[in-house]
Amino acid sequence: MTATRIHIIGVGGQGTVLATSLIGQAALAAGININVSEVHGMARRGGVVESAVTMGDLMSPIISNGEADILLGFEPSETLRAAVKCNNKTLVITNNHPLPPFTVSIGKGVYPDIADALGKLEKKVGSLVALDADALAHQAGTVLSLNMVMLGVLARHADLPFDEKHLKKAIKDNTKPKFLEMNIKAFDLGYNS
Amino acid sequence: MDPLLNPKGGQKQLLLGNLGIVRGALEAGVAFVTCYPGTPSSEIPDTFFQLAPETDIYFEYSTNEKVALEVGAGAAAAGVRTLVTMKHVGLNVAADPLMTLAYIGTEGGMVILTADDPMMFSSQNEQDNRYYGKLSGLPVLEPSSPGEAKEMTKYAFDLSEELKLPVLLRTTTRINHSRGVVEFGKMNKRVTRGVFTKNPMKKVAIPAVSRVLHKELLAKYDQALEIANKSDLNFIEGKGKLGIITSGISYAYVLDAIGDLGLKGSVAVLRLGFTNPFPKKLIQKFLRNKDKVLVVEELEPYLETETKAAAQEAGITIPIAGKSDKLFSRLYELEPGIVREKIARYFGIKYKALKPVKTDDLPQVPGRPPNLCPGCPHRATYYSIKKVAGDDTVYPTDIGCYTLGVLPPLSAADYLLDMGSSISTACGISRATGKKTVAFIGDSTFFHSGITGLADAIHHKHNVLMVILDNGTTAMTGQQVHPGVDAEPLGRDLKRISIENIVRSMGVESLFIAKPRNMKATQKAVEEAMAYEGVSVLISEEFCPLYAKRIGALPKRPVFQVDQEKCKKHRECLTRLACPAFYLEGEDIMINPNLCNGCAVCGQVCPENAIKPARQGGQK
Repeated sequence: MTATRIHIIGVGGQGTVLATSLIGQAALAAGININVSEVHGMARRGGVVESAVTMGDLMSPIISNGEADILLGFEPSETLRAAVKCNNKTLVITNNHPLPPFTVSIGKGVYPDIADALGKLEKKVGSLVALDADALAHQAGTVLSLNMVMLGVLARHADLPFDEKHLKKAIKDNTKPKFLEMNIKAFDLGYNS
Repeated sequence: MDPLLNPKGGQKQLLLGNLGIVRGALEAGVAFVTCYPGTPSSEIPDTFFQLAPETDIYFEYSTNEKVALEVGAGAAAAGVRTLVTMKHVGLNVAADPLMTLAYIGTEGGMVILTADDPMMFSSQNEQDNRYYGKLSGLPVLEPSSPGEAKEMTKYAFDLSEELKLPVLLRTTTRINHSRGVVEFGKMNKRVTRGVFTKNPMKKVAIPAVSRVLHKELLAKYDQALEIANKSDLNFIEGKGKLGIITSGISYAYVLDAIGDLGLKGSVAVLRLGFTNPFPKKLIQKFLRNKDKVLVVEELEPYLETETKAAAQEAGITIPIAGKSDKLFSRLYELEPGIVREKIARYFGIKYKALKPVKTDDLPQVPGRPPNLCPGCPHRATYYSIKKVAGDDTVYPTDIGCYTLGVLPPLSAADYLLDMGSSISTACGISRATGKKTVAFIGDSTFFHSGITGLADAIHHKHNVLMVILDNGTTAMTGQQVHPGVDAEPLGRDLKRISIENIVRSMGVESLFIAKPRNMKATQKAVEEAMAYEGVSVLISEEFCPLYAKRIGALPKRPVFQVDQEKCKKHRECLTRLACPAFYLEGEDIMINPNLCNGCAVCGQVCPENAIKPARQGGQK
């Protein structure tokens, strides 16, 4: 199979690390070679969290600028921050619900005009899917299921070497049973959005 | 049973490199594990902390890395297989015992994990710890993937027992914090009880003994060199006149680059996994039929210098390159794109790199620096101290969450070197400037290496205020226990040492215990402490809210909200306190009820008394 490189970006607390790990579990179950990298420690204290998944005939767990096949952004301004990972064929999937950084909340920074900026980005990349994933997560029960919504959207739009059944099984095997129903609901809302 | 403890082999799991190392140690029959936590190594000890009650493995979070290495050395001297883990800078702390332990050697297999952090994701420097192998004479192994990290850890115990030397397992963040497929092997039987055989003429490092031991170490080094020259961990892939020598995660980037450049099979790659003693013979054999060789490694030109020395010795004069202005930098980490570009450049291969999209017409994205959590007691302590001691006082700080106090508006950090440096550097700054200096240190760091600095301050009558930010846990690295922690809520039987008793017994007369959420009383204590000529200590006691939540000790408190009619919008709360639960809605200051934990600090900061607990049916 050909190699697939997925770069994932979000904000501490949005569940990007779990989402990344679930993509890895799904790939493993499908018998695909996989490498995953994460940032832990200091970077997680409310800061930017980046992770990467590479699949297929690859060994590197990280992705250089311009080399992401898929950019999965959990927060729109963070998607813009990671835009440099994209090339003119990249599929960008992004939440368009803003989570302004604290610098903006207290009036010491300007949050970009997201609709305009994503419009510009769309013209530069292969394709761009933007949706209010926070709203779908709320609909599923809690904003905490945002990462499941994003996985659903990914499964729908990306040409992955495994299908959504593998992802659903990974969710089932690796998340708390108490939240399973909600997580699957969130995944489906993302998938069918 | 935790799947990591499964005695059977064969199953494949997607594991973090750090968990691969745990499994490797378990398969080797590790019976004794010590550490001081630190990114990117922490998941190893944290996993052993979880697993230990299910097994007969002894585990401890030691007071610091030196202690961890010494406790481990004692166990290994009694013949028990021992793992000691730390981050790269931790090995500086443990360097003193390390150097002489190399002389004494070990009975039971002993593996010392040093987790380096190129790029400094969570560290104060990016030193290259492979040089500790050279400095100490100990063997160094470097894995290239999580799966190999497991295999190498297991092998390191056998190697250690074969050589009777501790083995350094050197990883980097991209190994520790990457997930890859790890195939489990069978578990060796664990031997948890050992015997210490007395032999002072071999085990007491007095000069007469050490003169003999150093000679023995050099003999062991030669033996290790023979093993390195033949080791399966050093292997060649592909053939041809062009060669690449690499180790660690760089090997992954090299392999991908060779695939991308269509060079598979036509370039010879020598992957080194056993990097000290440097396998000179193997290198010379590799170089002999090459036209040109590139060395690909992160940080310092360790392999490159050794390779060039080996070439010189064998009279080989082919070009060998690695670190230079046109090739690899000694700064930061490598990545696949850089490695591909440099390989293509060095070997004169044409290729078209994927072009990143142009981002110059996209709007600037505001920064998102990490921040102290809502309700973090450090914010309250910093606010009170700055309020009293002002902006001109110098504030040396230390290593932990509270280092984030460096950011405005708190701006409560002026100088930082290493663990424990706050108090000792404050002594020097105070003496040289003639001004009372305020040192910030956390509770775990106080035990790690703050007590010795405090002794110096007291003994020499330095004019300093030591603020101990006691949040009841080692918060930054993942809420580990330390000697000042009450371990009962975690279900562990550990003796707690009172910081207050230590400070008092050391003879500090100006001692204050503050509850930072009570800002008036805290500020009064700071006033008295600052007025005192000599050593004063203020212990600021309040649980880390994340830890309190974990142990069920976070009280249910009403969230706070801003009374918009009373608020005069001068934004003292926003601009001086900067709690991330605050935000602006137009001109109105708002508090996000989902983030507020009701710590009540903002309410005490507002001069208009406009921030108050929400009544039921209020915001939340």
